[in-house]
Amino acid sequence: MNSLLDSLRGIGARVIDGIWRMGVATRFFLRTLLQSGQSFRRFHLIIREIFSAGVLSLIIILVSGLFVGMVLGLQGYETLQTYGSEEALGTLVALSLVRELGPVLAALLFASRAGSSITAEIGLMKATEQLAAMEMMAVDPIARVVAPRFWGAVISMPILAALFSAMGILGGYLVGVVLIGVDEGSFWSQMQAAVDFREDILNGVIKSLVFGVAVTAIALFEGYDAPPTAEGVSRATTRTVVTSSLAILGLDFILTAFMFRGV
Amino acid sequence: MQRATLDLWVGIFVVAGIAAILFLALKVGNMGSFDSASTYTVKASFENIGGLKVRAPIKSAGVVVGRVSNIGFDSKTYEATVSLKLDTRYKFPKDTSASIMTSGLLGEQYIALEAGGEEKMLSDGNTLKITQGAVVLENLIGQFLYNKSEGEAKPAAPR
Repeated sequence: MNSLLDSLRGIGARVIDGIWRMGVATRFFLRTLLQSGQSFRRFHLIIREIFSAGVLSLIIILVSGLFVGMVLGLQGYETLQTYGSEEALGTLVALSLVRELGPVLAALLFASRAGSSITAEIGLMKATEQLAAMEMMAVDPIARVVAPRFWGAVISMPILAALFSAMGILGGYLVGVVLIGVDEGSFWSQMQAAVDFREDILNGVIKSLVFGVAVTAIALFEGYDAPPTAEGVSRATTRTVVTSSLAILGLDFILTAFMFRGV
Repeated sequence: MQRATLDLWVGIFVVAGIAAILFLALKVGNMGSFDSASTYTVKASFENIGGLKVRAPIKSAGVVVGRVSNIGFDSKTYEATVSLKLDTRYKFPKDTSASIMTSGLLGEQYIALEAGGEEKMLSDGNTLKITQGAVVLENLIGQFLYNKSEGEAKPAAPR
């Protein structure tokens, strides 16, 4: 009986703790937005963060985009060939990349490549009391450390997603047209007939922007909230990757339901 | 000095991103078109083009010889006017016939050209006289069902 009560109590405490953290995270996010005016005035800080979040993620994004596109080309050809419509390969590759795979996979890679490093960096800054030292010098750590990282990552994310989609389509082209020999004109013309700039490409860009905000906000908060120990930082890093991956997939469902329902 | 190289990398990154979006908009999306070899254009009117699209291939004997460059509607004859852009390497007689075909059962539609026997060749701005529109699957099924029910009714009549 006592153990049952204890487990109930444990669940209750976890729920309350979760809601508490949610409130703190929201307050932290709003404070970041409020303080970002200052970081835009010192734009070189943002540029440095675009470098560490965006430019350093380029290789993994480009290479995985290429391979995802190549696999799509191979598998799509296998299936479409059975129906004698392998010319639709371009449409298949382009639509699946631009609408879904580009933003989602780029965001997942971004969460594990850049999000985890943001969390670890800020967590370590907190553990080594650099953030406390800044406060002592009357420098707001949110304006100096958090906000530039936020904007740098949010700016990088759509660029990375667009590059991912473009590389994927090139990969599909390489496999489909150059390797297998689907008619080149049909490949591009069917793709152009099916892909709409506003419906598909702009919605993809909006998706990646939303994912960028979600991933970065989670990564920053986990780092800022991490217990200042080695174990705490490592746990926070793991939590960043898990939470932001789940957030990306959940948000993707919601956004897709809004954007592509009954078009 | 350190900051300058960093700025350069970020600049390259942003330019690459803009290039990717431009690539998506122009080459993947429907915001631009590209042309290559020299071509000549002939016109043809069809009573029904089915699902034919601009930039669909034009084939003769199965070989792609050109692309559909424009599709319009003639409000006098109530027919579709299609502009065919053909490669100058391929010449066709003036009485060439054009018909709209489908590649595979569910595939895309294309225009098939069948050469005639005339000596004069087609040149820019000519019109193809003999055309055959797309076969609409629904009409075909309807016709088939109609014929079948007639066929069943006939043997029963003499008795």
